[in-house]
Amino acid sequence: MANVRISGLHKRYGAFHAVRGIDLDIPDGEFTVLVGPSGCGKSTLLRTIAGLEEISEGTIEIGGEVVNDLRPRDRDVAMVFQDYALYPHMSVARNIGFGLKARKMPQPEIDRRVDTAARMLGITQLLGRLPRQLSGGQRQRVAIGRAIVRNPRIFLFDEPLSNLDAQLRDEMRGEIKRLHQGISTTMIYVTHDQIEAMTLADRIVLMRDGLIEQQGAPLDLFERPATTFVAGFLGSPKMSFLPGRLESRAGSEGIAFGDQFLPLPNGRMAPRTSGDGSVLLGLRPEHLSRAPAGAPPPGCVRYDALVDLVQPTGSRSYATFRLAGEPVIAELQAHDVSRPGETLPIDVNMNRASVFDAATGKAI
Amino acid sequence: MAAVRSARRPRRGGAPVARFVLLGFFLIFVLWPLYWMFNTSVKPSDDYLATPPVWFPTEPTLLHYEVALFTYRGLEGLINSLIISLSATALSALLGTTMAYSLARYNTGGQHLSFWVLSQRFLPPIGIVLPVFLIYRQVGLYDTHVGLIVAYTVFTLPVSVWMMFAYFRGMPRSMEEAALVDGCTRWEAFWRVAVPLAAPGIVAAAVFAFIACWTEFFFALLLTSRTAFTLPTVFRAFIGFQGAQYGEAAALAIVSLVPSIALGVLAQRHLVRGLTLGAVRG
Repeated sequence: MANVRISGLHKRYGAFHAVRGIDLDIPDGEFTVLVGPSGCGKSTLLRTIAGLEEISEGTIEIGGEVVNDLRPRDRDVAMVFQDYALYPHMSVARNIGFGLKARKMPQPEIDRRVDTAARMLGITQLLGRLPRQLSGGQRQRVAIGRAIVRNPRIFLFDEPLSNLDAQLRDEMRGEIKRLHQGISTTMIYVTHDQIEAMTLADRIVLMRDGLIEQQGAPLDLFERPATTFVAGFLGSPKMSFLPGRLESRAGSEGIAFGDQFLPLPNGRMAPRTSGDGSVLLGLRPEHLSRAPAGAPPPGCVRYDALVDLVQPTGSRSYATFRLAGEPVIAELQAHDVSRPGETLPIDVNMNRASVFDAATGKAI
Repeated sequence: MAAVRSARRPRRGGAPVARFVLLGFFLIFVLWPLYWMFNTSVKPSDDYLATPPVWFPTEPTLLHYEVALFTYRGLEGLINSLIISLSATALSALLGTTMAYSLARYNTGGQHLSFWVLSQRFLPPIGIVLPVFLIYRQVGLYDTHVGLIVAYTVFTLPVSVWMMFAYFRGMPRSMEEAALVDGCTRWEAFWRVAVPLAAPGIVAAAVFAFIACWTEFFFALLLTSRTAFTLPTVFRAFIGFQGAQYGEAAALAIVSLVPSIALGVLAQRHLVRGLTLGAVRG
């Protein structure tokens, strides 16, 4: 158990600057997810914590101790790899016990620990098999077993679920979360999948081009994205962005899209842009709903929308329509919408909508 | 992955008869010389060039074997060949594996060193045999086992390094990285994870090295005389002014095949995987 503190971390590969100055504090016991598109430096960051990559600049502390020059084996961390990285020539039991054996633990103690870990993961009956005789999900369990058996200070996961099929991925995601609740060791988890990030994390660190774009609790990032990049990365279907202008009409502040005007609720903000008042209005599918009878609820703007496309998912349907000339997706109850061509009264919840400066992409 | 391995290739069209005929011809092409060599080795001398040919000797004899092995010192040559080839092969595999690992994982010597290693093979051996001969005379390596072992190790090393280099480059790093995080030093990760995984490649490289050493004639002829001579050099004694001793030559050829065949059988399981050089990872 230990906290991790990273300061001023840079990593260069020749001319390529993969990590460009990261400062990050991960408290003891927290489940932190590093997320971002491919090439954003998240895996590199994880590998520098493991000691598999040397760092070009900065410091990494684990449990208050600077580990910059420590070999991976001396950092007391465990890592689960994307391709599992099981040793193909060893049985499952030897795979799990390998780290203990490398540390010269007596065999009876190794057997006991391997057995405990195997029971925890439900793979006792597989201990005698070779990795190639296992399914993907079983391999991943063995890889996790190999990590927990050592009882390390920190767990590192490098996209551990991306080689699994969708159903298995959901299942293993739940197990990893349960594992963390059970042993509450610090975990750092890299993924490019925003659903994994949202469901697993105590804290999400969203990276882009070697820098941290935003970090915080998953719901904070989801509800209050600092930039259009964060807003677009989290959430599925994606947030829709409508380019408009901040204006004052009839005594209320709002966003104008040509003739159309969406007033912002009072006290929502006193927005100022860096440029000429051009903004992007960010609307998530759940910010739009079918209008109930009567007046719109406070903070909501009602208008009639012509449905363009309907994508039913079962309990919910995603309806695409145009607002201010841009396609917008709304998440509606399945019975609210039946087919394209319909006109529906839609309430846009301006309390939850995000507004971004069009020039900088930052939230205002 | 298991499914991929067990999946059969779709069968090509064509009648089975045609296939068997074709295979039959191929077998005859390959096995006929072997049969004739064996036949000659047990024929009495008068039957070598008889017309019509003697297909099956009526009175087979082991006399040629006796003469080749003992009178012509074929047995000594065989033992020397075994000592020298096995030692050179072992050295070449050991050095080749460690060098290739260093090139593949640490990018030792940038992009040029690995090619420089291979470029040693571009040199025609005759270009260096004279200096090597003179140096060996000077330092006392002439006509010694050690001398030939050193020479053969040097000659087989480039190919061993390159085969292993390709193999290691095709191997994912993550298993060694897992070993490092699990508590191994670099050296332990190499020995306990990388080497066992590279076994098919090491075996394939070793087989190539062994065959090269086992059949090498030129250097053995020039760098040895009465002590460290190898099996191939014994053969030249069978062709003299008074005619060729076909029986003895054939007998010794049959004897020289035995280690190669034994090695082939032992290594077969690894060889097929090794020769694909990690192209398909199971």
